Amino acid sequence: MRLRSFPIHLLLVVCGIAMVLPFFWMLTTSLKTPLEALQFPPTWIPKVFQFDNYLEVFRQIPLWRYMANTVLITFASLTGVLLTGVLAAYAFARFRFPGREILFMLFLALMMIPLPVYLVPSYMILFRLGWIDTYLAMIVPWTVNIFGIFLLRQHFKQLPQDLFDAARIDGCGRFRTLLSVVLPLSKPPLVTITVFNVIGSWNSFFWPLIVTHSDSIRPLQVGLAYFSREQSTNYTLLMAATTMAIIPLILLFFIAQKQIIQSQARTGLKE
Amino acid sequence: MPSSSASRKLKEAGVGFLYLLPALLVLAAFRILPILLSARVSLYDWGMAGAREFVGLGNYLAVLQDPVFWKSLLNTGWYMVFTVPIQLFLALFIAVLLNQRIRWLGAYRTVYYLPVVTSIVAVSIVWKWILHPDRGLLNYILSWVGAGGLRWLQDPRGLFQLVFGDTRNLIPLALRGPSIAMCSLIIMGVWKGLGYNIVIFLAGLQNIPKTYYEAARIDGAGRFRMFRSITWPLISPTTYYVLIMSSIVAFETFAQVWIMTGPPSGGPLSTTKVVMYYFYENSFEFWRLGYGASIAFFAFLIILGLTIIQRLVLERRVHYG
Repeated sequence: MRLRSFPIHLLLVVCGIAMVLPFFWMLTTSLKTPLEALQFPPTWIPKVFQFDNYLEVFRQIPLWRYMANTVLITFASLTGVLLTGVLAAYAFARFRFPGREILFMLFLALMMIPLPVYLVPSYMILFRLGWIDTYLAMIVPWTVNIFGIFLLRQHFKQLPQDLFDAARIDGCGRFRTLLSVVLPLSKPPLVTITVFNVIGSWNSFFWPLIVTHSDSIRPLQVGLAYFSREQSTNYTLLMAATTMAIIPLILLFFIAQKQIIQSQARTGLKE
Repeated sequence: MPSSSASRKLKEAGVGFLYLLPALLVLAAFRILPILLSARVSLYDWGMAGAREFVGLGNYLAVLQDPVFWKSLLNTGWYMVFTVPIQLFLALFIAVLLNQRIRWLGAYRTVYYLPVVTSIVAVSIVWKWILHPDRGLLNYILSWVGAGGLRWLQDPRGLFQLVFGDTRNLIPLALRGPSIAMCSLIIMGVWKGLGYNIVIFLAGLQNIPKTYYEAARIDGAGRFRMFRSITWPLISPTTYYVLIMSSIVAFETFAQVWIMTGPPSGGPLSTTKVVMYYFYENSFEFWRLGYGASIAFFAFLIILGLTIIQRLVLERRVHYG
């Protein structure tokens, strides 16, 4: 049995090396001198560890500022997504009102519309509001996650009716029921939404690229992308900046990888 | 009594609607209104300064007659035709290997998943360096086996030109296949998205009851036969999902082109100018917003069409166990 699984492991390890090699290459280049980085054939481990590359990045671009911007946008939009999502899903799952099903279908249909369709007019609306080049432009339009509403609605619907009856008999109002009965039972979908949203906002690029112009407000990805255009041949600095840009999310991934992978796998399955 | 029940119903409807309101307001302002506006904008020659001239369907007709639009569609098509199936079969293959009750499953899964959580911007910057024609890691590794020397992101030659040794541009433009530059993006795209598909497939595989395989083994079925008669049909809903998702992701390719190709981006010779980049360029670099909105409309039609075609053609073959 051990012997038979050897070729499988061999294949998996070879593929695995291909998956990590770019990360290793990023790290090793980030620690080389510019001269050594351009050496060919290249060296696998830097001869002298040039930690100064990392400091030099901070001298060239406001990386902390970019990160702070990203953190702010990520948390603000996550807060919005959770608030609007829980309330809307509760309404869809537990209230009866005319037009409920039609509205829900409308929400789902909106999810199918690709970004370019609403990007140009959204830009115009943000321009009218005077929000271009402000945090608001990157936060407010992303305070609703339709897929999150969908997940939560499914979850709320399958909670047993007895729970709600018991809460009512105990004198709980609707809102109180939501807070003290429904939410404590909804951890899995809430974690899933949080995971998707944090990864999504941390990595988002297209939208902030378009709605920001000044450097001080740029989130990490946009700042990094412009840095890569300006310093297109300065590979050691680029790799140092990129390493720092991906570390927070990689750390998060290692801490919460079980939740992240399970969330992704769960949403991929047919209901 | 009936009147009080009616008023209770009315109250429930009112309160329910109140709960819905925050989400509805945001969606109305930043999804529904823009979608409606988009139709209007596309009917105007609309620049940065605002509407200038009503052109009716002029933008749509201009897009359809624009050779660069068709070129961008072709480029996107090549990207999808290569990335989606390669990713799908490779992911399924690896997922099947991982599903053999193997040791270190968690470690492998983590490694394969790493590129998925990493931002496309970061990954593009790193791969641009790896694909460097003179100093890049890829050409160095290829040189071990005597290959290499390709100029990757700077090479506009079509893949089929290279394969068939067509040095004098005898193959017509549309049949040359993705340019070597586009192949670079394809390689990176497969690498980036593989882990996601593996995780989805793995979840699907774990749902197949083990007893089926035991029964097949008793009947004397080999590994390949078991894959063909049990795994493949039972995994088909997952395959279908992966196919649609990765097609949409592939169609929306943008950041790679912005970061890795050129200057000017979309090069060399516009062979990596995908639809999304073409849309971006027209809307937010040339500020032809009306024209951009028309391109977006076609992009939407194509995504919708892809979904419908895949549904019609494939859904009949999908086996929902």
